[in-house]
Amino acid sequence: MNKVSRGMKGLVAVVALALVGSACGSETDSSVNGDGSSAPVVVYSGRSEALVGELFVAFTNETGIEVDVRYGDSGEMAALILTEGSSSPADLFFSQDAGALGAVEEASLFATLPSETLSLVESKYSSQTGNWVGTSGRARVVVYNPSLVDTPPTGIDDLLDPKWSAKIGYAPTNASWQSFVTALRVTRGEDAARTWLQGFAANKPVAYEKNAVVRDAVNSGDVALGLTNHYYLYEKIAAEGAAAVVAKNHYFVNGDVGGLVNVAGVGMLQTSKNQKSALALINYLLSLAGQEYFAQKSFEYPLVAGIAQYAELPALADLNSPNIDLSDLKSIALTQEMLEEVGLLTK
Amino acid sequence: MSSTRRVPKSLLVPAVVSAVFSLVPIWYLLDTAVASGLNNALQEFFRSSTLRVVARSVVLAACVTAASAVIGTIAGWALVLSGIRPRGFLLVMLSLSLAIPSYLSAFAWISWLPWLDGFWGAFIVLSLVSYPFVMLPVVASLRAADPMQEEIARSLGRSDLSIFFSVTLGQTRTAITGGALLVALYALSDFGAVAAMRYEAFTWVIYGAYRAGFNPARAAVLSLVLVGVALVVTFLESKVRGRAGAQRLGSGVSRQRTAKPKTKQQIFAWLFSIVIVGGGVGVPLVSVITWMFRDSQTEIANIDVVRAIVSSFEIGTFTAIATVLIALPVALAAARYSGRLVKFLEQATYVSHALPGIVIAIAMVFFGLRTMRAWYQEIPLLILAQTVIFIPLAVASMRSSIERSTAAVEDVARSLGTNLVTTAIRVTLPIALPGVLAAVALTLLSSAKELPATLLLRPTGTETLATSIWKYSAISDYASVAPFGIALILLSAVPVAVMTATMNVGRAE
Repeated sequence: MNKVSRGMKGLVAVVALALVGSACGSETDSSVNGDGSSAPVVVYSGRSEALVGELFVAFTNETGIEVDVRYGDSGEMAALILTEGSSSPADLFFSQDAGALGAVEEASLFATLPSETLSLVESKYSSQTGNWVGTSGRARVVVYNPSLVDTPPTGIDDLLDPKWSAKIGYAPTNASWQSFVTALRVTRGEDAARTWLQGFAANKPVAYEKNAVVRDAVNSGDVALGLTNHYYLYEKIAAEGAAAVVAKNHYFVNGDVGGLVNVAGVGMLQTSKNQKSALALINYLLSLAGQEYFAQKSFEYPLVAGIAQYAELPALADLNSPNIDLSDLKSIALTQEMLEEVGLLTK
Repeated sequence: MSSTRRVPKSLLVPAVVSAVFSLVPIWYLLDTAVASGLNNALQEFFRSSTLRVVARSVVLAACVTAASAVIGTIAGWALVLSGIRPRGFLLVMLSLSLAIPSYLSAFAWISWLPWLDGFWGAFIVLSLVSYPFVMLPVVASLRAADPMQEEIARSLGRSDLSIFFSVTLGQTRTAITGGALLVALYALSDFGAVAAMRYEAFTWVIYGAYRAGFNPARAAVLSLVLVGVALVVTFLESKVRGRAGAQRLGSGVSRQRTAKPKTKQQIFAWLFSIVIVGGGVGVPLVSVITWMFRDSQTEIANIDVVRAIVSSFEIGTFTAIATVLIALPVALAAARYSGRLVKFLEQATYVSHALPGIVIAIAMVFFGLRTMRAWYQEIPLLILAQTVIFIPLAVASMRSSIERSTAAVEDVARSLGTNLVTTAIRVTLPIALPGVLAAVALTLLSSAKELPATLLLRPTGTETLATSIWKYSAISDYASVAPFGIALILLSAVPVAVMTATMNVGRAE
């Protein structure tokens, strides 16, 4: 017995501990519900619990199908799925933006969605291969302070005018800003995009930590213009009342890439063993209840036709957003390199 | 000395097992990098941007290490030699910044002083959260050191400052370099502070490969570069450390210090402690407390905070026990034996510490799905992942505590016919106990604030304090972050107090 090393004992102890640990942590892993209904749908969500948690609860209440949601950063969730490959326990990937969905699509890990589901949403807001479907939209806008700005710029090239020098706010690390730059690269090509970014950098834009801070800086007059998503303004109006907010949104409606409409969307993993319930959840996100939830909770654009949007918003069709395959927004890494190169990302 | 003896098999085998376990992420990185094609890997490496950003990270890590070494050493001197009171309280306060996640501290600093972003912000935050890694071993070694050397130097007419530089620094050299190694590796691996400060460090690029590039293969190649840097750093440390043991001369117990403390030194020690504690703990704590009064849409139920505390404590405790068990054979071998193999085993446990948490997490996803499918997204695999990250903390604190005792006691036990295992349990373990307890506390603290691995590997639905802080700060709901942040900082004072209390063992105040 003397030959039994401490290491062996140690390993045994670790194993024993780990078993105890797993017993403590396994409350949620029952594969069959108490009432004998189907297994829970496993969702990897890049959208935050605060934003979408209630929606999953409502789905369970309505259908009796349980949902296990794992929340994280959209990009990290995509990397997780790519690493898991065919062993992924996930049924659905619900992403904050199209780029992460495009990466999973490129790795051929998504199943093709049925055409009844895809046809609910205008095709430019979904995967061109039918691998994922958009669930809600957000438009890039220029938020401006009317007391400082008479005529807001009509396109991104106007932003390079020296009269806006040191008067434009933006959030360099924000994913939506980087998606816009990616769209710029995709539509105009690398060289033209770099030229625009160099011109933008030369105009000394003011960097803020995040979009909400950009909006507040515009509202208080610290800067005249801000590049953000459309809903930040309405969040402020909802929280503080219309009287407290002087800033206004300006929408590019001429197909300018600055008016990009990016989406949050969902795709189903090919390896899902629970496809029926998973599809039921996707369809729920596109149902009246799901679409109205996005419209009311976050002032996003519903993507299914005929569903009421937030009253202040111009109609989605009128935005005339640039035509771009949203899956192409996956090349954000190249965007970050270019932003780095022109000095717009880090210090 | 016993250091030339060969390591007995019954110690060597478990030590090798531990080292191999620590290298699991490296195995994954090599596998993935090779799978992506050697050409691709080399191309990635030789991109000019790769080397430029590695250089930025190395500069940051070097500055943080130097600052932590200076702060940690002065703090150690203040606590042990300056004569300020109440010593126990100050030790806890000066150690508490260990409990503060770099992302929380960085965010507090940047909201207070927005112009601090970039290099200086990252430098200040990382130095303030990591100097205790130097301070704690310095305190321990100064307490164990024989005051006689100092007194002899004084009797020979040396000035206080000259004694500090010659005698005190000499006595603590091993402690300083050992702590500095941990700081350097940690600074290389940190993402929270550099992200909040927008300092483009190498971890920024690695995270970008996941979050923006959706490209684990690229991240793997880049991470191997970091492993290379970590190898150089551990090699340098082993050269500087040498074999300068802190074993006592003479027999019996160290005599208590009798020299009267000087007022000027005490004032300096007080001012120094106030500034460091203010920056390391005060700024983030005050900031988190003010968040409590912000508006929020969410009502945080007390039960959610309690649940998060329990989860953090549960995961932290298991991680701490597993880490100490796996680290012990390596620490024992490193403290008592020398030679290339022992050095290699010890260094093997260190390199993964330079990897950002997300790399370890993805590596454990890869490894877990292939070897322990049943534990995937369960607590055991999360614990193993955290163990890989924190092993060097446990190896370092146990090794130094074992080193400070003389091997002669063990030799006597062995010569009286006791076998190695029994000797280890009955003789070595009690000697190492303060180091073991310190290792448990350090790991528990680090585990409680660990985010990236927890986020990816936790059981679905499990919320810890760290994941709750992430959850609400991701949507800028700082009022909801506050209760979790305050709980994390205040509850961390408990393991900190336990750890620092063990350092008083055998001391009559």
